[in-house]
Order: sequence, then C-alpha cells, then structure tokens
Amino acid sequence: MKKALVFERNLPRFAAARVAAMVAGSGRGTGIGPLRLTEIDPPALPGPAWHRIRPTLAGICGSDLATLDAKSSRYFEELVSFPFVPGHEIVGVVEEASGPDPLAPMTRVVVEPVLGCIPRAIAPPCPACAEGRTGGCERVAFGHLSPGLQIGYCADTGGGWSAAGLVAHRLQLHAVPDDFTDEDAVMVEPTACAVHAVLDAAVDPGAVVAVLGAGTLGLAAIAALRTLTTPATLIAGAKHAHQRRLAADLGADGVVTPEQLPRAVRRQSRSLINAGQLTGGADIVVDCVGSAESLSQALAMVRPRGRIVLVGMPGPVHVDLAPLWHREVALTGAYAYGTELVGGIARRTFDVAMDVVAAHRLGRLVSARYPLERYEEAVAHAGAAGRRGAVKVVFDLDARPPASPARRRLAPKGPPS
Amino acid sequence: MSPRPGFVLEVDTSTPPTLFWHGERFALERLPTGSRVIYGPEPVAALADPVAAIRHALTHPLGDIDPLPALLTAGMRLTIAFDDVSLPLPPMRRPDLRQLVIEQVLEFAADAGVDDVVLIAALALHRRMTEPELRHALGDRVYDAFAPHDLLWQHDAEDPENLVHLGLTDHGEDVEINKRAAESDLLVYVNINLVAMDGGHKSVATGLASYRSLRHHHNARTMQHSRSFMDQHHSELHTSNWRMGRLIAASGVKVFQIETTLNTDTFPRQFRFLQRREWEWTVRDRVSFLGASNSLRGTPPGLARQILQGIRAPHRMTSVQAGEVEAVHAKTTEHVYAQQRVEVEGQSDILTMGLPYICPYNVNSIMNPILVACLGLGYFFNLYRGKPLVREGGVLILHHPTPNEFSPVHHPSYIDFFEQVLTETTDPVEIGMFEESFATDPWYIHLYRTGHAYHGVHPFYMWYWCAHALEHLGAVIVVGGDREAVRRLGFKRASTLADALEIAEDVVGPDPSLTHLHAPPVMMADVR
Repeated sequence: MKKALVFERNLPRFAAARVAAMVAGSGRGTGIGPLRLTEIDPPALPGPAWHRIRPTLAGICGSDLATLDAKSSRYFEELVSFPFVPGHEIVGVVEEASGPDPLAPMTRVVVEPVLGCIPRAIAPPCPACAEGRTGGCERVAFGHLSPGLQIGYCADTGGGWSAAGLVAHRLQLHAVPDDFTDEDAVMVEPTACAVHAVLDAAVDPGAVVAVLGAGTLGLAAIAALRTLTTPATLIAGAKHAHQRRLAADLGADGVVTPEQLPRAVRRQSRSLINAGQLTGGADIVVDCVGSAESLSQALAMVRPRGRIVLVGMPGPVHVDLAPLWHREVALTGAYAYGTELVGGIARRTFDVAMDVVAAHRLGRLVSARYPLERYEEAVAHAGAAGRRGAVKVVFDLDARPPASPARRRLAPKGPPS
Repeated sequence: MSPRPGFVLEVDTSTPPTLFWHGERFALERLPTGSRVIYGPEPVAALADPVAAIRHALTHPLGDIDPLPALLTAGMRLTIAFDDVSLPLPPMRRPDLRQLVIEQVLEFAADAGVDDVVLIAALALHRRMTEPELRHALGDRVYDAFAPHDLLWQHDAEDPENLVHLGLTDHGEDVEINKRAAESDLLVYVNINLVAMDGGHKSVATGLASYRSLRHHHNARTMQHSRSFMDQHHSELHTSNWRMGRLIAASGVKVFQIETTLNTDTFPRQFRFLQRREWEWTVRDRVSFLGASNSLRGTPPGLARQILQGIRAPHRMTSVQAGEVEAVHAKTTEHVYAQQRVEVEGQSDILTMGLPYICPYNVNSIMNPILVACLGLGYFFNLYRGKPLVREGGVLILHHPTPNEFSPVHHPSYIDFFEQVLTETTDPVEIGMFEESFATDPWYIHLYRTGHAYHGVHPFYMWYWCAHALEHLGAVIVVGGDREAVRRLGFKRASTLADALEIAEDVVGPDPSLTHLHAPPVMMADVR
C-alpha cells in the first residue's frame, strides 16, 4: 500500500468544494472536497502490452483544478469512473512491462494519457483511433476498462498523483530523451495539447494570431506557434508580469494585458470598431482560458471568417454567438493529441511536443514541486499560480514527506551525521 | 501702481511653505533653506477698450501690408482661421478674444460686401471642438451665423479633398495645408498668444497643416534642437515653421495675421491665492486655500476634475497686433515677454514644479500620464531662454498624481501608445519606428475626423515634446504619482517631496541646489 490522492464520488464534499472555491478562490476547497490522501494498492495490469509506471513528477492541470473546484461540465460525468487518482501530466519510470516490444525497466517515460480504443482492446478501433487521432476516440467509456477519457480519470489505471504508480499501455508511453530534465518531460503533455491546437489552427504565413491567456497552455501555445508556424504577428494577452516576460521570451511579438489584447489586435490588423467588434481582427485566436469572458473577447477580435481555437477547457458558459453567426467565424475545440501532419509527414503529437519543449526548454515553466502530503498547499498554489508568480505546479513523488511537527520537536540537536 | 516684476525668492527659515499644484489638488511644501522659488510677474494692465484696440490694429497693420478694410472686396473669398480649444489656459471668461477679434473682422467684411466667408478652427491634429466649445470661443452670434450654413469648419488634416500641397522648402519639407485657406483671396488668422511659442508662421504652417507637413518639425530631432522651443532664436521648431510660412507666402497665400496677448490673471477670485506669493497671503487667501484644498481633497477625482475644468480665467487682453506675419509676431513676442519674463541667475541641481490639472491637450478631459510628462518635461521645462533652470544631468521633480487614466473619447491612441509603445521603449528617437503605424491607422483617423479624438500620431508628439528634457536630465521623479504609470513613463516615484529629494541626491550628489518654478501662472525664465 502506498500513498495516493484519490478522488471519490461524494456529493456533499463536491458541493463544499464548489462553495469554497467560489468564496476563497480556485484550489482552496481541496481540504473539504472529494479528494483525499490515502493508501492504495498499485493498480493491476489490465492486459498484455501494459506497463506499470512509477511517477516521478505529475503536474496539476487546469482541468484538474476545474474538477477539484467542482466546476467541470456535467458532460464529463459519464466519461470518468470513480474513485480515480488524478494526474495525467506524468513523467515516470517503467517498473514492470509486459507484451511485445516492452520497454526496459527503469526507462524514463512520459505518458500519453488518452485511453483510446487500443488500450481498451476495442477492435476494430473507432474511425478516429484508426486515423491515429486518439484524442478523438469515441469509445472512452467502453471496452475492458472503466470509463475514463484519460489516465487520471479512470478507476482502473491509477494516475500521476500516486506513489502506488499507474498502468499504461505500451502505445501510451514515450521514452524521454536523455538531455531532458524531469521538468522538461512533465511539460510534454500540456505542450502536446498546445501543439495539437496550433497545428489544427492551420496558421497561414502572414497571419495575425492572438493567444488569450498565458498560463501553462498559453505559454506552450506561444512556443508551439513560434516553432511550428510562421505567423506575421503573434500577440499574447497575459495577466501577470512574469507571464508577460515569459510570453515575450517564448516569441510573442507583442504582449499586453488581457484587457489590452483587443486594442493590440485592432492596431495590428488596422481594423475599425463597430458595435464593440473589430471590423477586421486576428486571423486566428487561440483561447487558452475557456471562459465566457475569453470567448466573448475572442469573438470580438477575430476577423470575419477567422477561426477561434478553444484550447482551455470550458464549462457551461453564456456567450452571445450573434457575431459568430454574422461574421461566419469558425469556433473549433482542440482537445488532447494524436497524430499530426508536420511538413507532410505524419508524426505523433507527443514527438512534436518534445521538439517544442527542447527548443524552448519548457521545463523552466515548472515553478514549484510539492510532496503528496502537502496536496492542499500544492493545489492552492496551482489555483493561484498567476497571482503567485508561478506557471506549472507539480507533485514530486520522489520528495520526502515533511517531518511531522512531533518528529521535528523530538529530533536530537547536534551536527548532521 | 504698476505690476511688480518677476521675483526669485531665496528660502530661509522664516519662509512659509510653498504652494505646489498636485493635479486637481494642492500641496504646501517646505523647501530646503537656500532653495530658490521663481514667481512670475504680476498681471500687467489690460487694454481699457479691447474692441477699439482691435479696430485700431486692423486698420493700422504692422509690416508691408494694407489695412484690413483695403484688403476686403466684394466677391472675394475670405477665410478666417482661429486657434482651437487648446488656447488659452484655462479657457477665458466670455467674451473670448477670438470672438472679439472675429466680430470686428466680420464687420469690416460686411462693410466691404464680402459674402464668401468661411471660419476654420485651426486644429492641426488636435481633437475637433464641441459645439459648446465653439460657441464659447466665437460667441453665439458668430456661431449661429455660420455653423447652420456649414460655413464654420474644423480643419481636417486627413481630408485629401481639402488639402493642397504647396511645395517643398529648401530643406525638403512638404508644405501641405488646408485648401480653402490656401485658395482664398485672403486668409485672416486669429491667434491667442499665451506663450512665446504661439503664433507667427506656426499659426498657418502648423494649425492648418497635414501630417505629411507636420512630421517635418514634430519629431524628436527637432525638439532636441529647440533649446528652448519658447525661444525663437534657438528653436528648430520655430525655424522649420518659418521656412514653411515663407513658402506659403511665396506660393501666393495672402495671410493677414492677428495676434493677441493676455495678462496672467489666470484664476478667479476664489482661487486668487494661486497667483499670490505665500508670505503675502491675506487671511482671506488662507481661508480660500483651506476651503479649496479641503473640499478638493474630499471630492472624488472625477468630480474635482469637473469643478476645476469649469474654471473660466479672468485673463484680459494686453495687446493686439495685426498685419504681416513676421512683423506682427515680433511685436507680440515683446508683449509676451513683458508679461512673463523673470531673470534668473544660474542653474540648479534640482528643479521642482507642481503640475496642475490642465494642459493644452486635456481641456474638458483627463490629464493622462503622457500629458503629465508633456506638461512637465515639454512645456514647463522649456519655459526658459538661455539655458534650462536645471543643469545638465540634474533632476526634475514633478508633483502630480499621474493617474493611470485616459479619455477613450479624446485620447484613444494615447492608450495604445502607453500600453504598446512605452512598454517597448521610452526613447523619443526609438519610438519613431512606431509613428507611421499610428499616424496612418484608419481607426484613429476615423475617430479624429468624425469624433473628438486627437489624431493617432498625437501621443508621439507629446513624447517628442519631452525629448530635450529627457536628453538633458539625469532623472525625473514624480511625487505622489501612480506607481505603475510613473514606472511606465520611465520615471521614478516618491511618496513625499522629502523622499524625492533624497532620491535626487543619489543622482546629483549631497546638498543640491534647488529651484522651484511657481507656475502657473505661466512665466518665462531668462537664465544667465
């Protein structure tokens, strides 16, 4: 039995977490919510080709926060199974391997967490999985595994926030290059989301691209846009000073506050303004926030027949879609990853993401590491990352737990041995 | 009794605290012993009968030009241009000098049977005036006679149909001005000459010009070579305008220049303490100060702004000259200096100034941080002849709240300049790389032409205005300024004047000499 954070279906605690998050801020309701620190057995290997992974670092993502704050859409209710161990941004080492082409024990890997048809032993695979678009898998609630979009939301696989480890199919594992730090590696999964969004946006050379939000996803999107596309102008809206510095460093041509972003886009696109709407605007807006405000802002500054790519996970929102209809704007979601066409060559999104991480040393976005025992602090830190000058907050599964106050009191004084 | 000339006070232990403007408020500050405080001359006597003086000036012109009545003939095209809302400061009580002058010009025109008359507000790239502002400047009679018939225009520097390119000066400067003005048989320009820079060839060459023309002298290089731009003989701004004005004259544009000067009777009775020397404050002045100071302190900033913007100055006319541009302006300048000149011996390490709520570009509007910089480093710093009041490498201390607040109606491009240009660089030369994109931005042009917005390029001009001071000074400190706004301007912030002086010592060394410019009312320091 080893320590793990487990998320259970518990409606009263769910409601308490929601209220606490609303009152005190994101991540502040963890102590009274459905997440608890407990001891669990390692998950069983579900079948051949599965590997047991011991996580070393596991990130706290915006979607994790939405779950812990009880703000996630009810849409996901049937796509997860309880109780589950959260954590889908994972770097770890192989502890046990099975099936053909196994990875050697102690191989350092990042986990591609989507639980598509192949891990679920569904044959033939759905059309999306057949095309390598595993993020688009239509069978995430079927097969021999419990429902779960990803590792980190499935009762059978475990997740990254666990010293008991997790299980992943061989196809979900990517060996980490030797020159990657663990921090670089843990950034591969969120970067893959950004890569998928950016490549899906089909940025024409010469385009004006605006990125809304400069948390982990926004910064990774800027890095991906700079590495994989050639926009004429890349403008980012970032709320906090450290985010603005990072956005500029990662290649944004202009970085302004979110309130200023429509003004900056207007000036860049030399638009007029009519009814609060730019007459021209950005060719592409990458919304890495996913709120009603960000969507409204994106609609206000995208050009007619332009495209908004929604990368940040939205919940139920109230947005006036009249300009979307009138200006024939394309609003597309960008979820997870799969296979991308880069320069005419099909590549796994994670492989492309590794190039982006390496090019920009995105491990530097990891701002704080916490042991599991300090999960309340960790989640609160992640919930206030922007305000507290942080970007990515991770659990460090190798970290020693803090000494208990009683043990600290009893520790003998004297020179260290 | 004749008005007392300007005065330089040396602060000693018995000197009462000195009044500083602080935006919409005031502060009393105790200056270090040995500091100098420069007070402008008292208001000179006003003309007893301004209308008679105007008629005399129009019929007895200066320079090689006929009296106005002789220039007016039936069937001719007459255009009367006049200074816009940026003058005078604060706006004066009715009747405004423009009204007095234009009424007389129109009377002569009517007597001569001139029917084709158009009035043009010489905006250059300033915002369009509102109807109340035009009524205030021209009087209801003139406004109602012209505006309803579309004969009261506001110069549109972006209207290609109504601009004419007159040629290039021998320095390659484009001269492009208002077509109606250029093609009239006579262009009468009515000035209010508040400071020495106003008037002369600048009236037409700037007030009725296009961006294409203005860019030749409204730039960092010109401003760095205008020392100061209030001193005609050492101002590249002046020289460039003179080249253009002479080309305008050589192109056949007949200009009849009318210039007026005001005394420095700047504030109404309840604010009279603002133009008195502190040790001479009467009980009534003290009560007025306490009343005004306390009530403004307790008033929300927006309302305080509204109250102060409502001030109508009791300025009165001290002279009026008419005729040929250069002859008129030479005489006008004498009158301006007679009212404003103060002799000052030598420079100091530190120059302090309290900045008021108003500058030429925020009449009935918000004094945003860029305008604060422009008023301090552009206007007040340049109120000198000879050499600046502060030595090279010295420190300028401004007293102003510098709120991070902008009028989206009047100053839309300022917001973007503040957020998107000053975040990149505060170097007046370097910002030039952004100028064209602002100047040609279709949205700013639309707002300038149809709304009440300053032209897109205008914030650049405000920053260029600061170029000479920025090059000259070792540091700029703003007492009581908004932290973020002051930092964005590239200046330092201090909570109190004492803190500012300590910070300044890091730049200029211990025991610095200090001069305080006790303005407004405006003055002009002759620094030896």
